[in-house]
Parts: sequence; structure tokens; C-alpha cells
Amino acid sequence: MNRKLTILLSIALVLVLLIGCNIQEKNKVNSNTIILATTTSTRDSGLLDYLLPKFEDETGIKVKVIAVGTGKALQMGRDGEADILLVHAKSDEEQFVKEGHGLKRHDVMYNDFVLVGPKDLEVEFMGKSNDIIEAFKTIAKNKYKFISRGDNSGTHKKELKIWREAGIEPEGAWYVSAGRGMGDVLKMADEMRAITLTDRATYLKLRDKINLSILIEKDNRLFNQYGIILVNPNKNDNINLEGAKMFMNWLLSDKTQKLIGEYGKDRFEVPLFIPNGRK
Amino acid sequence: MDYILDGVKEAIKLLLSFDREMYQIILLSIFVSSTSTVLASIITVPIGIFLGLKSFKGKKLFTRILYTFMSIPSVIVGLIVAIILSRRGPLGFLNLLYTPMAMIIAQTLLVTPLILGLTYNLSKFRGKEIEKLGITLGANRIDILILIIRELKVDILLNVITGFSRAISEIGTVMIVGGNIKGYTRVITTSIAMFNSMGDYSKAIALGIVLLIISFLVNNIIYTYTQEE
Repeated sequence: MNRKLTILLSIALVLVLLIGCNIQEKNKVNSNTIILATTTSTRDSGLLDYLLPKFEDETGIKVKVIAVGTGKALQMGRDGEADILLVHAKSDEEQFVKEGHGLKRHDVMYNDFVLVGPKDLEVEFMGKSNDIIEAFKTIAKNKYKFISRGDNSGTHKKELKIWREAGIEPEGAWYVSAGRGMGDVLKMADEMRAITLTDRATYLKLRDKINLSILIEKDNRLFNQYGIILVNPNKNDNINLEGAKMFMNWLLSDKTQKLIGEYGKDRFEVPLFIPNGRK
Repeated sequence: MDYILDGVKEAIKLLLSFDREMYQIILLSIFVSSTSTVLASIITVPIGIFLGLKSFKGKKLFTRILYTFMSIPSVIVGLIVAIILSRRGPLGFLNLLYTPMAMIIAQTLLVTPLILGLTYNLSKFRGKEIEKLGITLGANRIDILILIIRELKVDILLNVITGFSRAISEIGTVMIVGGNIKGYTRVITTSIAMFNSMGDYSKAIALGIVLLIISFLVNNIIYTYTQEE
């Protein structure tokens, strides 16, 4: 009995392995997939789920999305682990292309960051005429609990830049560094009655599920530009430049740009991303 | 390929330089998992032995359900605990979510069925003999329980260690209920996942090495004892 079982299990295991290898092999030779390394905000806001099926229908190219922070996405580009990047940290992106890791970078769309926190703090921030620097100073002075993404993402980099501009070294029990994605951090801020800096898209998407209101918005410093970068194909043989180019051109085409501008309008009255891509 | 070697080199440097952040993470991991294991053991070892000896209606069904729960996915335990402890949940007033305490609660719940199942199994197959012996010597229930724990202490300890190794190597519950907060609820597994998503391979590898060493030590203890048997 036991021996039979062992033999059966072994056979099953071998089969699973074979199937697994097969899928692996398929991925290697299949020029019909591209790997897109992007930020958690494009995934958590639902934009990609809305766009990618349309692209796949039109071209037959499957897009595999790896949603990580901008820092890691750029690293994946450097390591040749992705074919194309959709990220938001413009100066880092330009540096990336300058160093020869990427072929081209284009603006795609933008949205903005907002400072969100518990309702009862609204009054405190009302008189700040939407000055994010002043707001950060207020947070540090009153030691309001603040949750930082702490994961080298575009949002995290933006937040650190604001602290630098405010001349504050954020540390202490009030400053919580989470090391997680945007959706998780918003949920944490909600639970801990804390303030956090988030991109508007993810916030709008979660707005009904959390009890946080916008404290500061529409400061020029909170502008958030997304860019698309083709990874340099000289890194390894597996990089699918053709597919990546097709995706980039599709993303920058007038039709897709219009689609981006419409996403979220029906649910949030405002689009989550404003397209500004040009070929 | 270079970055892997560099990562390993950097990792060993980090560990030898006694980087404070690293050791805080490692110590919290050990603290949370061992506390959970001890708590779970205190509750489950006596119950497991008692249930193993007793014959009751539906014992077969009970056994099956228990064995299923032994391998309950950790994310599910994490999810349940997070829902209960969240501010809108039934125990929200305790303000426990995203604290080490929450991690201990969740891991305790995670290893309870495992240790219970293992102990129950042990007592079902080997407890009967000892019970008979105890009865002939005129022992009462409590005496028998103590006698069994004494006789089977090595095996029980092995079950407890199995529970510990499950707790320290899982990520599902601690990520969800702990929230991976810097200097507060960061443990080895959540940090590895985070450092990887930040592209900080050397720190991820350093913690990976530590986790491997812990697993190795734990398995070594188990192996040594089972050899002696």
C-alpha cells in the first residue's frame, strides 16, 4: 500500500515538474509575452487591469506585470529582468537612460500626490493654503503619527524630498516606516489614525473602505509624472524589444491616451491619471 | 551574476559588523516565534495527551479535522486575526493590530493545531501503555498526565520544536498582522520580502543566511534526538 502510494506520488511530482519546465520553456521562446516592471500604484489603482486586456486583444501580446516600487523596477531594468518599465521618478529615470540601461524614455501620464489623514486633523491643516512643506513641519512639530512607505518607491522618494526641503530629519516614535505598497500603507494609516502621503489614484480607489480625508492637495510640488522606458536589449537574449516597442507605441497612441484619460471618471468623477504622452 | 556574489559578500560583512537593525529584526523573530510556541504548547500538550487517551464519539472525524488544521495556510490565520483585531473588528478597542503582540497571537493560533495534532497522535499510539501502567500503580488522572509527559518528554519536545520551526519560517501571518514596521514589527521573513522588493539584495541575503542557520540548528536538535531513540 505504502509503496504504491510512494510511487504514485513520485509520478505526480515528476509530472508537475515536467509541466512546470514546459511552461518555463514556453516563456523563453515565446515572443508573445513582455515583462512590465511597474509601481504598486498602477496596479493598486486598477489602471493596468483596465488597459492590458485591450492591448492583448489588439496585438496578441501578453503583458506580465511585476508590481514593485520604482526603485526595484529600475533595478530590474538594470539586471535585464524586465522588457519595459512604467515608473514615476523622473530624475532617476533620466539617469537610467543616460547610463545606457534604457533606450528611450517617454512621458505617459501624470497624477498627483495628496496628504491624507484622520478627519479630525482637517481643521489643523486648513489654514495651510495647501503648502505641503508647512504641513510637514506641522506634522513634525506636533508629532502626529506619520506612516512612510519606506520602500524606495517613487512615492517614498517624493516624501523624503519634501522632508529635506522642510529641513526636517524625520525620526522618532511618530514616524512609522512600513516598507510596504501603497494600498497596504493606506490601510495601516486608517487603522493607526495616522497621516500619509499617497498618490491620488490609489487613495480614490480605496476611499470608501478607509476613513481618511485629504488634508493637503494641489501643491505644485505634489505633481507626479509617470514615464515609460524601453530596457536596453543588450543585457541578455531574453529581452523582447519588439513587443516592448509595440506596447510603448500603443500606450502613447492617441486612442490609448484617451482611454487613460477616461479611467476612473465614472466612479470618482475625476480621472485617476491625466494623459500627457507624445510619441 | 556579479551582484549575487557581491550580495553574499556584503551580507557576511553586515552580519559580522553586528548591524543594529539586522539584529533587532533577528531577535524579534526569535522572540515572537518562541513566545508563540511556548504559549501554544502550554495549552495544547495536556489537551492533546488527554484527547489521545480518551475514546469519545466522533473521534475519527475529530482526528481528520485536526489533521487538516495542522497544515492551515498561514495567510488565512493572518487574515482572520487581522479582521478580528482591526479597528472595526470585534476586538478593535484593544488597538493591537500592527504590534508584536498581534504577531504573537496570530502565530500562537497558527502553531496550536500543529502541536495539538502531533501530541494527540503521540498519545494515541504510545500513551495507552503508560496509562495502563499508571492505573496498575494506582495513579489518578493528573498523575497519569504527568507520568506520560515524563515518559514522552523527548517526543513532546520534538513536536514543540517542529511548531517553532513552522512559526519562524512563515510570512503569511506576521506580514498581515504585524505590518512590517521599521524597528517595531519587522521580522526576518517580512524583511527578506521587503528588501527584495526594494532591490536591496545584500540585506535580504544576510537575513536569508540567518534563517537558514536557525532552521539548520533546529533540525539538528531534532535529528540528534531521533538518532538517540
